[in-house]
Amino acid sequence: MASVELQNLSHSFGRGEMRRQVLQSISLRIDPGEVVLLTGPSGCGKTTLLTLIGALRTVQSGEVTVLGHRLYGAGRRQRQKVRRGIGMIFQGHNLLRCLTAEQNVQMGADLLTGLGYRARRDEARYWLRSVGLEDQMCKLPHDLSGGQKQRVAIARALAAHPRLLLADEPTAALDGATGREVVELLRRLARDQSCAVLMVTHDPRILDVADRLLRMEDGCLLPSEQ
Amino acid sequence: MRHLWQGRRIPLSWLLLSRQPVRLLVALAGISFAGILMFMQLGFRDGLFDASVTVHRLFDADLVLISPRSASSVRMAGFPRRRLVQTLADPAVEGVTPVHWGLMLWRNPETRLNRAILALGFNPDDPFFADPSLSNKTEVLKQKGRILFDQLSRPEFGPIADWYREGRTVETEIAGNRIRVEGLVSLGTSFGADGNLLTSTETFLDLSPQKSRGAIEVGLIRLRPGTDPQEVVQRLESRLPADVKVLTKQGFIDFEKNYWKSGTSIGFIFTLGAAMGFVVGCVIVYQVLYTDVSDHLPEYATLMAMGYRLSHLLGVVVREGFYLAVMGYIPAYFAGEGLYWFVRDATRLPVGMDAARALTVGGMILVMCMLSSLLAMRRLVDADPAEIF
Ligand SMILES: Nc1ncnc2c1ncn2[C@@H]1O[C@H](COP(=O)(O)OP(=O)(O)O)[C@@H](O)[C@H]1O
Ligand SMILES: [Mg+2]
Repeated sequence: MASVELQNLSHSFGRGEMRRQVLQSISLRIDPGEVVLLTGPSGCGKTTLLTLIGALRTVQSGEVTVLGHRLYGAGRRQRQKVRRGIGMIFQGHNLLRCLTAEQNVQMGADLLTGLGYRARRDEARYWLRSVGLEDQMCKLPHDLSGGQKQRVAIARALAAHPRLLLADEPTAALDGATGREVVELLRRLARDQSCAVLMVTHDPRILDVADRLLRMEDGCLLPSEQ
Repeated sequence: MRHLWQGRRIPLSWLLLSRQPVRLLVALAGISFAGILMFMQLGFRDGLFDASVTVHRLFDADLVLISPRSASSVRMAGFPRRRLVQTLADPAVEGVTPVHWGLMLWRNPETRLNRAILALGFNPDDPFFADPSLSNKTEVLKQKGRILFDQLSRPEFGPIADWYREGRTVETEIAGNRIRVEGLVSLGTSFGADGNLLTSTETFLDLSPQKSRGAIEVGLIRLRPGTDPQEVVQRLESRLPADVKVLTKQGFIDFEKNYWKSGTSIGFIFTLGAAMGFVVGCVIVYQVLYTDVSDHLPEYATLMAMGYRLSHLLGVVVREGFYLAVMGYIPAYFAGEGLYWFVRDATRLPVGMDAARALTVGGMILVMCMLSSLLAMRRLVDADPAEIF
């Protein structure tokens, strides 16, 4: 079963005169364990596509199946459940300012049902070690560097055992070398979990981490070169 | 229990509060302030009402006869003494004590300033107080011109108790008559009376010559054991003319309290004061929680994007409100205790922390914080996880 399957997904913002179509008949498929990069000029609808796949918006038309859930016509409560299986990494790190690195990651692990507090804490520590932050566990986001914060965010996303990772320009706030490091880490960890990854990026230096590259322009997916 | 403990999560509400100490302090100061205000207002109110009946509680009586024209302890009207004697005809009545009751002008022997004091006159041979340690002292009143002074009276009456304890002869004047303090009792001040004195009927009438000998203000009635006071009240009411009112002892206490509760705006003023505290607290807590939610809106949206339920986030805000309530109540409680101690010391009003009031104020603070967090929650609906990418 595919992790993500889209058929003729269209989306528009605004009403009446102001209505603007942002996505036009998008069809794509992402398999478990696949790392897919999505690029395209600013404003072409990449983020919108990501929010639709991430069950953050209601689907207006087209078939969207994410992790076996059909999202067309899905209610608020149902989308919230689907989101539990999806890890999200944002452009900004979006960590909780009042929590330490470890507690932030545990907010991800706390979504796992049926695990005791200890187990969830160990899970959080495991992921922090995996992203190489074992000695920064008790620091608040405020005291971490940009790259470290993004790594905490990756650990938080992975701690909930997602089967799909969505990342929107995760390297935008990082310098080139750090960005590359973070993305490679992300790919490696996702691979280990056979978790599918859909990453939006502008950064030409990281394109080579992808199994597959998708290009978008004006709300349309360009036929892939491969 | 173990299951619950293992099921616990990161205490987000607590961390949100504790990692922002300035905001927390502002909130706690506001809640405590509101709590102290409520403690103070309600304490004064109850204390004043209780104080108004400290003397009433001490009488050795099952029933009390008063004039229907009497409005309160400071405005007691007279009725014929005969009425009290007539009650002896009822088989249930064991004995009676006629009491003269009125305000007199006491001259402070030190400053020579006059001040109104509540004087009770009775026959020292008659039972008067239920407490034997008080009744034993009344023997000295048999000599004319002698009084017992309430040592809990306000200091404006002069250092009577101190002088008396030092062994000095304490004498002063009431309405131009010399009187001597022959002992001390502990009764307590009230709204109407800043001080009290006890004396014999003879001395009382000497001190207030305008009063007629045949009239008394209060008649104490003692019943035979095993009789139902309520029944006797009805019997006496029907037999006696309308120029007297028969009350049970509790009825007499209520009569006095009700005067201050409903006949004056005291109760209203203090309740209003407490309500003000409540409103001020609500505004402060709401303000703090609302800003807190607004500041963290992107973070709440992130949590929703991660798959946390909206109800989970609402719970975070509710718990913040609850923690604030608990943390704000504790200092308010102790400040309240301190305040009552101070008020007791300064005004001699019987104000104290009682369980009912501690619970009332605690409940008000809880309602205050819960209400504010419910209102602040509405802001959470603005957290849209679609907008955070
Ligand atoms: N909430 C919204 N309401 C109206 N228009 C929007 C909204 N979000 C995005 N858009 C518009 O949709 C288009 C695509 O936006 P987006 O998906 O963010 O592009 P990208 O991420 O590729 O830069 C843009 O023209 C943007 O202005
Ligand atoms: Mg974008």
